[in-house]
Amino acid sequence: MTEFAQQLLNGLALGSIYALIALGYTMVYGVLRFINFAHSDVLMLGAFAAFYLAAATPHMAAATPLLHAGMVVLGAALICAVLGALIERLAYRPLRDRPRITVLITAIGVSLLIEYTCQHPAVFGAATRSFPQLFPQHNLTLGGLTLSSNDLAVLGITALLLALLWFVVQKTKLGVAMRAVAFNPQAASLMGVDVGRIISVTFALGSALAAVAGIAYALRAPGIEPLMGVQPGIKAFIAAVLGGIGNLPGAVLGGLLLGLIETFAGGLKQLSNYRDAIAFALLIIILILRPAGLLGREQPEKV
Amino acid sequence: MLEIKDLTVRYGAVTALHGVSLSVKAGEIVTLLGANGAGKTTTLRAISGLQRAVSGTVSFEGCDITRMPPHEIVRRGLGHVPEGRMIFANLTVVENLLMGAYLLGEAQAAEQRERVFQTFPRLQERQAQVAGTLSGGEQQMLAIGRALMGRPKCLLLDEPSLGIAPLLVRAIFEKIVEINHTQGITILLVEQNANLALAVAHRGCVLETGRVVLSDDSAALRANPQVKSAYLGG
Ligand SMILES: Nc1ncnc2c1ncn2[C@@H]1O[C@H](COP(=O)(O)OP(=O)(O)OP(=O)(O)O)[C@@H](O)[C@H]1O
Ligand SMILES: [Mg+2]
Repeated sequence: MTEFAQQLLNGLALGSIYALIALGYTMVYGVLRFINFAHSDVLMLGAFAAFYLAAATPHMAAATPLLHAGMVVLGAALICAVLGALIERLAYRPLRDRPRITVLITAIGVSLLIEYTCQHPAVFGAATRSFPQLFPQHNLTLGGLTLSSNDLAVLGITALLLALLWFVVQKTKLGVAMRAVAFNPQAASLMGVDVGRIISVTFALGSALAAVAGIAYALRAPGIEPLMGVQPGIKAFIAAVLGGIGNLPGAVLGGLLLGLIETFAGGLKQLSNYRDAIAFALLIIILILRPAGLLGREQPEKV
Repeated sequence: MLEIKDLTVRYGAVTALHGVSLSVKAGEIVTLLGANGAGKTTTLRAISGLQRAVSGTVSFEGCDITRMPPHEIVRRGLGHVPEGRMIFANLTVVENLLMGAYLLGEAQAAEQRERVFQTFPRLQERQAQVAGTLSGGEQQMLAIGRALMGRPKCLLLDEPSLGIAPLLVRAIFEKIVEINHTQGITILLVEQNANLALAVAHRGCVLETGRVVLSDDSAALRANPQVKSAYLGG
């Protein structure tokens, strides 16, 4: 029983990281209908941004660790927001009226460009570097359950960000505009919405979430390196498709589900080597049963 | 108020407009008539910046808007109710209206919403409903109401009667006249229903395969034998 609860907690922590990344894929898909493959690299850049920010502020880390962690996470999120919007401006916007496949291939190109540029010794180098423990480490034990403070922090921050994102998308004019652009950009432009600006904001928001996810992922991983985004990136992409691409709650559900499946499969000795295979097999089954994903559905539109 | 000069628009190899010129004065209702494929929708889309013109100019209140992006044109007070309505089916009625007032402040938007609800009480009854589940007629009211939310000085209407029961069509046309009269909004109206359009419009233009072939007062157009046989059913 405690074993089960333990795995549940681990799975949720991993799943919430996938969820944060999946939101970026699904938001961009919502407004531009393509998969931004460079998204996985933005999460890597987020981890590196945090790495350098933390290294540059050792005094603050010692004096006020929690404030320091918050500053590092926020700083990395801001840097990635700018980078994400920049990638869109430079690489995708010039292709706005081109076939979607062109943009998709460009996205793969951007992803490779970032990965290999970062592997260059003059940039980050290919070696793995150990990531600083941003949050003070305490392992709470609760009725035989070990709660790592990192996992709790990740869960808490994810919950906070999800609530914030939900509020922005559902309750603010910006959010309504984002949904309007996702539904019909031309109609949105006839309302006076600057569609290009909304797309920039969408990339910025998704990239900021990816930065937080990248930091959370780095905290659980042995270290960071320029290709660290690939694995979680693919998983989160799958999570987004699983939940129904373009659907925000779907991305969260898909991410949590994938994290849980992977953790439970990995927890069983006989299955641990196959955990990715199990996750992918499940994905295929779900997509055969529900091609639009778990929460994806066609909106009725009368003309 | 709205001056279109020599507008030419191409879709790839197809030329949809061959040098269209027309003008709409402040306070007028002008109707643009023509058969399917004549280029009526293309004309409106070129005016509001959704479609780039190859040559020619569009000016609005003396200002050249030919190369402006749609959101800049809207900001100047030109509203467009596009063909097929293009309401946001994934948003509620109120959210659709909020988008219509995207460029207004919160207080102005709330005030404008009351006016739109007065014009279309049905929208108030349905305000929390997801727009995709409205009936066709209600969607048309929403499309017009949404455009009115932006306080346009001039409104382009693309076939507001399409797919709507005759009784409701009459009601919507009464609203169009009311909007023009009481709010002083200039209207460029594209219609298949030439009888009705010429009954409410001050002037009309007839488009044929991308060219303006006739342009006159409504009364004169109604009396014109060519127009009678081609668009007024005898
Ligand atoms: N996106 C497009 N690509 C290619 N050709 C187009 C496109 N849109 C319109 N056309 C062509 O341009 C011409 C004018 O079309 P337009 O939609 O302006 O006609 P319309 O007068 O509005 O017709 P209807 O009364 O049927 O709405 C038509 O021949 C049409 O086939
Ligand atoms: Mg048309």
